[in-house]
Amino acid sequence: MSLLEIENLSLAIGATPILKGVELTITPGEVVGLVGESGSGKSMTALTIMRLLPHLARAEGRVTFDGIDILAATEDQMCALRGDDIGMVFQEPMTALNPVKTIGEQVAEGIRWHTKAGRAEAEDRARKILDRVGLPEAKFPLSRYPHELSGGQRQRVVIAIACALKPKLLIADEPTTALDVVLQAQILDLLRDLVRENRMGLLLISHDLAVVTEMADRLTILRHGEVTEAGDTARTLSQQQHPYTRELALASMHVPARPKPHLAGSAKPLLEVEGVGRDYPGRRKSLFRPAQPIRAVDDVSLTIGPAQSVALVGRSGCGKSTLARMILALDKPTAGTIRFRGEAITGKPEQALKPARRDMQVVFQDPYGSFDPRQKVEKLVAEPLHLLEKQPAAAERREMVAHALHEVGLGPRDMEKYPHEFSGGQRQRLSIARAIITRPKLVVADEPVSALDVSIRAQILDLFAELNQKLGIAYLFITHDLTVARAMADEVLVMHEGKIVERGRAADVLDHPRSEAAQALVAAAPDLHRAIARKMQEQG
Amino acid sequence: MTAYLLKRLIIAALTLVLASMVVFAVMEILPGDPARLMLGLNASADQIEVLRNQMGLNAPLILRYLHWAGGLLSLDFGRSYTYSVPVIDLVRERVAVSLPLALIALALSTLIAIPVGVFSASRQGRAGDTLAMGAAQLGVAVPNFWFALMLIYLFAVWLRLVPAGGFPGWNAGIWVALKSLILPAVALALPQAAILGRVARSALIEVLNEDYIRTARAKGLPYHAVLWRHALRNAMIPVLTILGLQFAFLLAGTIIIENVFYLPGLGRLIFQAITQRDLIVVESIVMLLVAAVIVINLLVDFSYAIVDPRLRGRQ
Amino acid sequence: MTMRIDLPEETVAGMLAKAFGNRSFLIGLAITLLVVTVALVSFVWTPYDVTKLVIADKTQAPSWTHWFGTDHFGRDILSMIMVGARNSIAVALVAVGIGMGIGVPLGAFAAARGGMADEALMRINDLVFAFPALLSAIMITAIFGPGAVNAIIAIGIFNIPVFARVARAGALAIWPREFILAARAAGKGMTRITVEHILPNIATLLLVQGTIQFALGILAEAGLSYVGLGAQPPMPSWGRMLFDAQTRMVTAPWMAIFPGMAIVVTVLGLNLLGDGIADILDPKSRRRR
Repeated sequence: MSLLEIENLSLAIGATPILKGVELTITPGEVVGLVGESGSGKSMTALTIMRLLPHLARAEGRVTFDGIDILAATEDQMCALRGDDIGMVFQEPMTALNPVKTIGEQVAEGIRWHTKAGRAEAEDRARKILDRVGLPEAKFPLSRYPHELSGGQRQRVVIAIACALKPKLLIADEPTTALDVVLQAQILDLLRDLVRENRMGLLLISHDLAVVTEMADRLTILRHGEVTEAGDTARTLSQQQHPYTRELALASMHVPARPKPHLAGSAKPLLEVEGVGRDYPGRRKSLFRPAQPIRAVDDVSLTIGPAQSVALVGRSGCGKSTLARMILALDKPTAGTIRFRGEAITGKPEQALKPARRDMQVVFQDPYGSFDPRQKVEKLVAEPLHLLEKQPAAAERREMVAHALHEVGLGPRDMEKYPHEFSGGQRQRLSIARAIITRPKLVVADEPVSALDVSIRAQILDLFAELNQKLGIAYLFITHDLTVARAMADEVLVMHEGKIVERGRAADVLDHPRSEAAQALVAAAPDLHRAIARKMQEQG
Repeated sequence: MTAYLLKRLIIAALTLVLASMVVFAVMEILPGDPARLMLGLNASADQIEVLRNQMGLNAPLILRYLHWAGGLLSLDFGRSYTYSVPVIDLVRERVAVSLPLALIALALSTLIAIPVGVFSASRQGRAGDTLAMGAAQLGVAVPNFWFALMLIYLFAVWLRLVPAGGFPGWNAGIWVALKSLILPAVALALPQAAILGRVARSALIEVLNEDYIRTARAKGLPYHAVLWRHALRNAMIPVLTILGLQFAFLLAGTIIIENVFYLPGLGRLIFQAITQRDLIVVESIVMLLVAAVIVINLLVDFSYAIVDPRLRGRQ
Repeated sequence: MTMRIDLPEETVAGMLAKAFGNRSFLIGLAITLLVVTVALVSFVWTPYDVTKLVIADKTQAPSWTHWFGTDHFGRDILSMIMVGARNSIAVALVAVGIGMGIGVPLGAFAAARGGMADEALMRINDLVFAFPALLSAIMITAIFGPGAVNAIIAIGIFNIPVFARVARAGALAIWPREFILAARAAGKGMTRITVEHILPNIATLLLVQGTIQFALGILAEAGLSYVGLGAQPPMPSWGRMLFDAQTRMVTAPWMAIFPGMAIVVTVLGLNLLGDGIADILDPKSRRRR
C-alpha cells in the first residue's frame, strides 16, 4: 500500500492555474524525486501535501496520506499530521528558524506539542536528535541561537525539527540549493541515512537532475504544472523517452563548443594579482578588547592572459567574491598589488581608473538585482559608456546599445523596455550586453548562471563562449559549480579559506585534483553521468 | 554588559550632554538680563551689577555652563525669578501630576494597541480587521486636545461622571486624585493607541510572512500558537521603536492636555513661566523633559536586547 | 535597525492604473484636493468677512445663515475654518519642505559616505529627536516671542531627522545592490550614483513619508496654536479657534466641534492618501490581489 497517493491534483491561485492533473505516489521507505524548472509547480505540490498553501489557492483532486484524505481533513487533523507524521525541510536555511528562540526550544517545541511530553523529556529528545543530525552537545548546546550557526548547521536544525518524531513521510523542498557543493553532499548524506534508519518516505524536490538522480528510486518530472514523465530513475534517464526529459538531461551536461583554448603563454599577461590580501574588521566582543580582523583574502597571486578564460572555484565564504571585487577596483586590498594591462590599479583615485574600468567589466549573479528598476534598457546598457574619453552623441549611443543588444541575441526594440519586462535569462543577456558595450578586454562574471534554470543556463554559457571567440574577451568566472568551470574554463583556480590552493588546466584539476580542498569539491560535485551510471548498476 | 548596551549607554550620555549645551546656549542668546528682570525697572546699575555677580552671570561662558550643568546633576536647578523658591521645589510637586499622567496614558495605549493589533493581524482583510483599522485610521487623525474637549463635553458636562478639570492633589485620596486623571489619560492614550495598533498590526503581518512561521506551522502548531509564540515576539521590535518615539509625543501631549484640564503639572508651570519670563524655570523643565525622552529611548534600546538575542552577543 | 525595502518595478502607467483601483488613495486624494481648494477659494471668497466683528451675532448656533454657527465675536465659523485652512496647509507644507530639503540630502550623504560622517549624523539625529516640536517651539517662543513662523521652524526642525532617517535607511538598503556595483564598475562616483540611482528609487518612500509628516504637521500646528505658540489672532487658525471654544463648551459647543472636525477630516484625508500611495507602490500588493 502506498503511503502517499496524489491523484489528478489540480491547483489554481486566483485565476492562475498552477498544477494540472498531477499524479504521484510514494510507498513507505521510498525516495521519490520531483524535478522541474522554476515555476513548474514543485513547491506548490509539497505545500498541498502539508496543506500550507497561500490563501487564495484552491486544490482539486485527491491527496491521500496513510488513509487520510488530506484535502478534506480538518485543520485540527492537519495539525496532528504536520510535524508528527509528515515533516518538511525548506530551501532557505538562513530564514527558516525563528531568530529569537534557541535551537533547543525550536526542536523541543514540536515534540512537546505532539507527545505532550514534559519540558525535560522533550529537551532530552531534542538533544538526541540534534546529536543525530551532527550537532553534538559540546559545540551546539540547546541554548544556541540560530544566528550563532552557519547555513549548513541551520539546515541540520531544520532537519532535526522535521525528523524529531520520526515521520512516515519527509518532504525536502530544494534542501541544498542555498548551500555550496560540499555542504550539499553532507546534507544529502544525512537525509539518505535518516530515511534509511527510520524507513521514512522521502519526497525530494529539486531543480538539479544530478542531485535527484543520486538520491531517488523513482522520479517525476514536472513542467508547467503537468507531469511529463515518471518512473524508475535509472530507466527514465537512460531511455529518455520524453523529449523534455532529454532536453533537461542534455542541458544539465551542456558544454559549449570552444574550438581553441587559450593557455597562459608567452603573451604579456592582462591581469596580474600579486600577494593580495583583504582584512575585514571583526566583530567586537567588548569595547575594551580590540577586534580580531577577519582575513577574507590571504596573499593571493594569479595572472590571466589575453582572451583566456579562467574559473575561480571554491566553497561559499572562501573569499572568491571579495577577490573579484578587488580586481574590479570596487574594494581596496589591505595588502598586495593588482596590475591590469601592466598598470597598477590599486590605490588609484577614481578618475585615474577610468581607462582600466573601460577595459574591465562585470556580470553579476542575480539577474533581478543587477538593474535599476527605474531605468529603461537603453540607459542601463549604455551606463558604461560614461567611461569613454569622448561621450557619444545620443544617436551614436543608441546605435552602440542596439549593436550590443544584437550581439547578445536581443532586438533594438528592447531598448524601450524596463528590466521587469524580461525573463531571468533575458536579463542575464542584458547584463552581458552592458558588460561588452565598451569592448572590454576582461569580463569578471560572479556566479553568472547559478540563478538560472538549466535550459537557460546552457544558452547563456553558449553566449559567453561565442563572445570569447568573437571578441577575444578574457573571462574570470567566479563559481562554486564545477560543471560551469569544466564547460567554460581553460584554467581553474581553487580557492580555500582565502588562499589559492591549486591552479592548472581545467581538465587536470577537475579530473585529478591534488589539494585536499579541490578533492573535496570534486568529490561532492553532483555529476549526472556518474549518477546515472551508479543508478543503472543499482537498479539493473 | 555587552558592547551593544555599553554603546547605547555612551550615546545616551553624549546626547544628554549635547542637549544640555543646546538648552544652555538658547537661554544665553535670550534678550533681557535676568538680574534686571528680578530687580525691576527702578534698580540702579550698581544694584544690578552686584546681583549679577551674586548670580554668577559675569563669569566666563564655560564656567557658567559647567556650574549650571553641575547643578543639574545634583538636582539643583537654581531659583525661580518670580517665585523666589528653588526650581526643584516647584518642579517636584508638578512632576507628581505629570509623570503619573504620562505613565497611565502610556500603559493604557499599549494595553489597547497590542491586543487590537494582534486581533487585526490574525483576521487580516476580514470584517473585524477592517472595522478596527478604520477606527484606528480615524484615531490617528484626531488631535488629542480636541478629543479631550469632546470627552469633557460628553462625560463631564452631559453625563457628569467625572470632574471637568482641576486636580484635588494626592492628599485628597488616591481614588479621588486618579479619577481626575482618567479623562486626560484617555484623551492622551487613544490617539496614541491608534498609531501603535496600526504599527503592531503591520509588524505582525510582516512577521507572519516570514519563513520561520512556515517552519513552525510545519511542526504542527496551530495558527494561534504560532501567532503568540513565534510571531509576537519578533513583531515587538518595531513596536518598541514606535513606543520610544511616542513617549516624546506623549510628553508634549501632556503639556497641552494639562492646559485643557487645568491640571497643575509641568505643562501648566512652563506656560506660566513663559508668560512671566521666568526663564530658569522654562530652561529647567525643558531640560527635564529632554532627559526623560533620552532615558526612555535608552530603555527602549535595552529592551531590544531582551527581545533580540542577536544584540546580546555571547557572554 | 535595518529597513527592508521592496523596489516597485513598474511603469508610471501601470501605477496609475493601480491608483484608480485603490479606495484609500481615491478617498484621500479627494479629501486633500477639497481642503486645498477650500483654502485657495478663501483668498477670493468666504461666506462672511472674518476680519469684521459683529457683536450682535455672537455665539449663534448653526443655522441656514451660519452653517457652522458663529463665535464669541460674531464671526462666521465656516468662513474662519476656510481661512484657517490656509494657515494649517502653509505651516505643514513649509515644515515638510524644510524637513525634506535638509533631511534628505543629509541622509543620502550619510548613507553614501558611511563611517564617521554617518555616525555623526545619527548622533545629531538623536539629539534633535530628544526635542519634541513643542519643546522647540517653547524655546523659540521664549527667544523671539510667539508667531506662526515659530510653528513652522519648530515643526520643520523636527521633520529634518525624520526625513534624514528615512532617506538614509532607504539609501542603505539600495547601496549594496548589484545595480549599484554595476554603476560603480561603470566609473560613476558617489554623487552621481546618488542622483541617478538612489534618489529615484527612494522617491516613492519619501513621498509616503511626506504625506505622513504633512498630516502630523497639521496636528502639531493646531496644538501649537491652541497653546498660543502658533498663529496669533486675528489670523484665524484651527488650533486658536479651539482655544477660544474651550471656555464656552457648555454654551457654544459648535465652536469646538467644527474646527476640530476640519482637522480630523484633513488629517484623515492625508493619511488615507499616504496609505494609498504606499499600497500602490508595494510590489507585494500585486500578488495579494
